[in-house]
Amino acid sequence: MTDTSAPGRDSVTRIMAWVLGALVPGIAAHVWLFGPAILITLALATVTAVAAEAAMLRARGYPLRPFLFDLSAVVTAWLLALSLPPLAPWWLIVTGVLAAIVVAKHLYGGLGQNIFNPAMVGYAVLIVSFPAQMTQWAGPLELTGTSLTLNESATLIFGGELPRARLDAVTMATPLDTLRTGLLQQLTVDETLRQPIFGTLGGVGFEWLAVAFWVGGLILWARRIIGWQVPMAFLAGIVLAAGLLHFADAGRYGSPLFHFFAPSVALAAFFIATDPVSGATTPRGKLIFGFGAGVLTIVIRTWGGFPDGVAFAILLMNLAVPLIDQTTQPRIYGETRTGREPRA
Amino acid sequence: MARELFRFKGGVHPPDHKAESNARPIHAAPIPRQLVIPVRQHIGNPAKPVVDVGDTVRTGQLIAAADGTISAAVHASSSGTVVAVEPRVLPHASGLPDLCIVIDTDGRDEWVERTPLDYRAMPAADLRMKLRDMGLAGLGGAVFPSAVKLDAGPAQICPLLILNGGECEPWITCDDVLMRHHADDIMRGAAIMRHLLGSTEVLVGIEDNKPEALAAMREAAARLEFAVEVVAVPSVYPGGGAKQMIETLTGRQVPSGKLSTDIGIQVFNVGTAHALARAVLHGEPMIERLVTVTGHVLRPQNFRVRIGTPMQTLIDLAGDREGATGVLMGGPMMGLVMPNSHVPVVKATNCILVQSRELFPAPPAALPCIRCTRCADVCPAELQPQELFRFAKAGDFGRAQEYHLFDCIECGCCTYVCPSHIPLVAYYRYGKSEIWAREREKRAADLARERHEFRQFRLEREKVEKAAKLAAKAAAARAQAAQDQARRVAPATDAPATATPDAAAGGTGEADAKKAIIAAALARAQAKKAQSAPKNTGQLSPEQQRAIDEIEARRAKIRELARKPLESETENP
Repeated sequence: MTDTSAPGRDSVTRIMAWVLGALVPGIAAHVWLFGPAILITLALATVTAVAAEAAMLRARGYPLRPFLFDLSAVVTAWLLALSLPPLAPWWLIVTGVLAAIVVAKHLYGGLGQNIFNPAMVGYAVLIVSFPAQMTQWAGPLELTGTSLTLNESATLIFGGELPRARLDAVTMATPLDTLRTGLLQQLTVDETLRQPIFGTLGGVGFEWLAVAFWVGGLILWARRIIGWQVPMAFLAGIVLAAGLLHFADAGRYGSPLFHFFAPSVALAAFFIATDPVSGATTPRGKLIFGFGAGVLTIVIRTWGGFPDGVAFAILLMNLAVPLIDQTTQPRIYGETRTGREPRA
Repeated sequence: MARELFRFKGGVHPPDHKAESNARPIHAAPIPRQLVIPVRQHIGNPAKPVVDVGDTVRTGQLIAAADGTISAAVHASSSGTVVAVEPRVLPHASGLPDLCIVIDTDGRDEWVERTPLDYRAMPAADLRMKLRDMGLAGLGGAVFPSAVKLDAGPAQICPLLILNGGECEPWITCDDVLMRHHADDIMRGAAIMRHLLGSTEVLVGIEDNKPEALAAMREAAARLEFAVEVVAVPSVYPGGGAKQMIETLTGRQVPSGKLSTDIGIQVFNVGTAHALARAVLHGEPMIERLVTVTGHVLRPQNFRVRIGTPMQTLIDLAGDREGATGVLMGGPMMGLVMPNSHVPVVKATNCILVQSRELFPAPPAALPCIRCTRCADVCPAELQPQELFRFAKAGDFGRAQEYHLFDCIECGCCTYVCPSHIPLVAYYRYGKSEIWAREREKRAADLARERHEFRQFRLEREKVEKAAKLAAKAAAARAQAAQDQARRVAPATDAPATATPDAAAGGTGEADAKKAIIAAALARAQAKKAQSAPKNTGQLSPEQQRAIDEIEARRAKIRELARKPLESETENP
């Protein structure tokens, strides 16, 4: 190769490390609000992901070193772990991670080739296959007054039994679930929101988790690890769709603020929808991708059969990426939309 | 001066490494014992050698003449004897040899007579011809023949002249030191350019990381009798690219696929302006240039170098060091890897960058593209490098062209920011060369197809002509036969009526009667045949008839052949 253009200091590993680092505030908030169970989930997911990655690399005849150290598998593992209920059983986590790494990533060609976001494929597989286990969330410490210790969490996750009373004391439905259930029971949003799980911005505790993800996301944006287009468009899609519904019938549809401060939305906006591999690449394409995912999230949350819509919204938009990219090619230097004339 | 500046899209900020080499004064490199001077140092047609082995030449003597409009002459960089006119390895990415004129210098450096030109009194076309014959080519890197660029085209006027002192590429400082020490000559060159182009405005763009050069150029501008505005532009790579400099200074973009003169702007490197002044005012053809020797050397600095000097000579002058891993011509972003350190300095050699493992560590192995679009963010041509890479890698060159591969200026910003360390520009160069190769092949194939089609046409035509001739012959033969038959049959047709009485009349014409009966039978048979004949054969064209005849003839022949062996068998048991 006659190319001498020197590569700079940036690397895939560095980008992935920043993403992991930016997730730390969210993880810390998670531990503080819901107890240490998430740490076990994260560790299990990481080990599974790295093992699956290594096995697939070996099977596909790729060198282990550069690909294992790119940390992309760990990012997938963490994003999936943070999307799962913290007390999910071990086999749920392992199944989800294997679906993400083996099927969504490597069977589609490995790093850079997967058309679907691996973490979201893992999540979708789990929520379709094991809906019951996917909704059992630990309640926020602030409401339950107690959380499982690390030991208790491990016992629960790895299949041990806990006294029923103990379990009931710490688990409860998520705010999003509560809202859905309330609607099914013909309660108005106002009535539902009077339940103790709801706080000032969103769900008690959950709102602070969302804030922690926001902090991490803004760090990524400030470090130029992610662009502004996808998160802003995603949030705009959420607020616009939720706002329209709320405006049309405030009794049936939650306020956009509630969605805005949902941790799932913050995580999706800054960490999941921004996955470059499965996302759109053109500037306008990123806006369309983010906005579409945001609107679809609200649509699926409102009318869909699953407790959350982020995963399916992202996967649906992943499908649209080739079309989006192709139809939003930007104007190049020395060219206008109408023809090849100078700007200015 | 508060001139409004514009920010072109993209660009990067690599460490500039200018301080290593720009503080030392310009040092004139000694004339080497042997000069290797390529005839192709510019874009366009290579110059044609006009000297032979054994000829003695003087400094500045024409040794290869410009060939056509887009070409530039080549001159002896010093006096001596031509010892070879042969292909030598050149400072070119391909590493392929090209024709060179090799001169053993005599050390006396005796010049030909130098005659300054009174450019104001000369017709512009003559002056341009003169510049072409003095070997003037752009020293900024592209080495485009300057005489061509100094032609404002049919408009005869190019309102804005820009001198480019951007020198955005890291490590290189030859323009910087030239501006510091020879600002007046540069301005004199600008005056000649302004004269030839009819420019009304002259701007000099210099990146703001060169305060000394800016000051020197401003001082020189103040001494001129016409207005030259020296503008400090932000230091952003590739801000020194001609198109980027134009956009920074004017906010305008050169339309894709067009020249800057189409929007009334012409850009020259400051080094070219200096060389132009030397050529016109001192009668010196382009036989030397400033070269930065930097990187892994003891004393990085700028040399005034005769064209054809081996690079190693300069590296030795700057202090060769252990641990060099390679030599680049140009900077780290766009430079070319030299096949070896002994290739000669040419007009395009602005920098000799000696690499070492510490300064230029080997890039880590490339990972797959993760579509992060950092490349698109920094691309000054506003392309989608990640898509171009995908298409080039997949060999989908048609799509690559659709995505404007040829608008890529190969500045290397994408490679610089790629977190997967993919040598993107190498893929684009590969894509471009593949497309060129395919176009060449296609042209060759088109030619072959045209030839083939013409041959087919010729064969067809000959066949038709032959057929027509045969048909004419056959028709003539048939007409003859018909006439003969008509003569025979004519009496027979009305025979039945007359024959019976004749026969009854008895005796006299028994043979005649017999003949008449046969003829009558034939006539009946013929009539019957005509009735039972297929209807669609009634109106046969001569050709169809001929085809049928041919077939019948063949059948007859086959029947005959089929019968023969039987006959022979029976004959010879």
